[in-house]
Amino acid sequence: MKPAPFTYHAPALLEDALAILGDTAQDDGRVLAGGQSLVPMMALRLAQPAHLVDIGRIDGLGDLIEDSAGLTIGALVRHQRFHAPAVEGVLGRLLRYVSSHIAHLPIRLRGTFCGSLANADPASEWCLVAATLNARMTARRRGETRVIAAADFFDGVMATALSPDEILTGVQIPHPLPGTKVGFYEFSRRAGDFALAMSLVSYRIEGGVVTDPRIGLGGVEEYPRRIAQAEEIVAGQPLESDVLERTAEATAAAIAPLVDHHTSAAYRRDLARIAVLRAFARAAQGEPADG
Amino acid sequence: MDDRRDLTLHINGQRHDIRLAARKTLADAIREDCGLTGTHTGCEHGVCGACTILVDGDPVRSCLMFAVQAEGRDIRTVEGLAERDNLHPLQQAFINHHALQCGFCTPGFLMLIIGALAREPDPSEAALVDLIASNMCRCTGYKNIIEAVRWFEGRRSEKGES
Repeated sequence: MKPAPFTYHAPALLEDALAILGDTAQDDGRVLAGGQSLVPMMALRLAQPAHLVDIGRIDGLGDLIEDSAGLTIGALVRHQRFHAPAVEGVLGRLLRYVSSHIAHLPIRLRGTFCGSLANADPASEWCLVAATLNARMTARRRGETRVIAAADFFDGVMATALSPDEILTGVQIPHPLPGTKVGFYEFSRRAGDFALAMSLVSYRIEGGVVTDPRIGLGGVEEYPRRIAQAEEIVAGQPLESDVLERTAEATAAAIAPLVDHHTSAAYRRDLARIAVLRAFARAAQGEPADG
Repeated sequence: MDDRRDLTLHINGQRHDIRLAARKTLADAIREDCGLTGTHTGCEHGVCGACTILVDGDPVRSCLMFAVQAEGRDIRTVEGLAERDNLHPLQQAFINHHALQCGFCTPGFLMLIIGALAREPDPSEAALVDLIASNMCRCTGYKNIIEAVRWFEGRRSEKGES
């Protein structure tokens, strides 16, 4: 359980970090932020980066900035930061509730929101939030900045659109429109353990019917995503139990579940169906959570 | 390749000038290079919580930090709890309530609980259960750990300490 040797870099400026990463990316240089995913992988020698670029001493990356477009989460914003609502309204309450599902306090005090996205574990709660709420990812490399839409970001199990020489410097979550309801439900075997299925739903009711539905599913497939086939069923319909049942069943039918020794595809589909139903039930109560 | 460097760690108010490889975890540096073996290493990949210490007041897994990341930070380990022969009241509470059996996990629990209570005193029963689920006690002494914390919190509020 000892990580393999590496060369450690701790630049004080983002420009220097981008330069070092640019020089070492081909040699498996990796970004170190909170380290709560990368360091365990290094301990298990599943990751053996030759260089680590520690961005933990760079000023300004720990900012949470709210403006008219949304909430921008800097690269060093830790999970626990969301324990006090980061913004007013339903988004702040959602982020607070979701953060309580991430591992345990010592992990939440170190691990970062952006690190979770860059790492892209299938069971990452923040990846589900980003995918469902159409987050915008800002990626920087030496001399270039680009913005990646959530729909284009996730690319497989622990794989993203980021190239090895890019740093995810910030993620923007757009403000939900007034009247937006959100609900989150996660199933895991133990508190703090990896999710076997989780769903985040968001919608508005206009004229008695569902408008702008978003149905996100995480922990089930290779990466979290919105399920268009399910959104189509509920859009324009009243929020009634038979509609929700068909929506949840469409989710289960549309997915390609991950399978392991403990969980069959049929079991994961059933969990997905239930997670969507319970996320809708929580959204209808007007709170992302029941606690 | 092994990138050894000079480093200064500040642990329990004492300065430790050491030389180590960048890949050395903070837990191993505290134990092997600073000689403070009260911090235990169990799983060494962030699951068990035995190595929990305080860094700038935050309870963190010292096996998931590299020692080089801790330069300039205020580190507190279990050795820093007692004042001379007087145990920290939470340590005394663990004894009084039989909150340890083999004791291997105890330093991690003490640091976790002290760090967490400093952030949010007087947690609800559910919040306390959620908190200590962070660490593993293979003797399954959780019930008595909760009783020890309750006694410690009661004593604190009687004395009006925050």
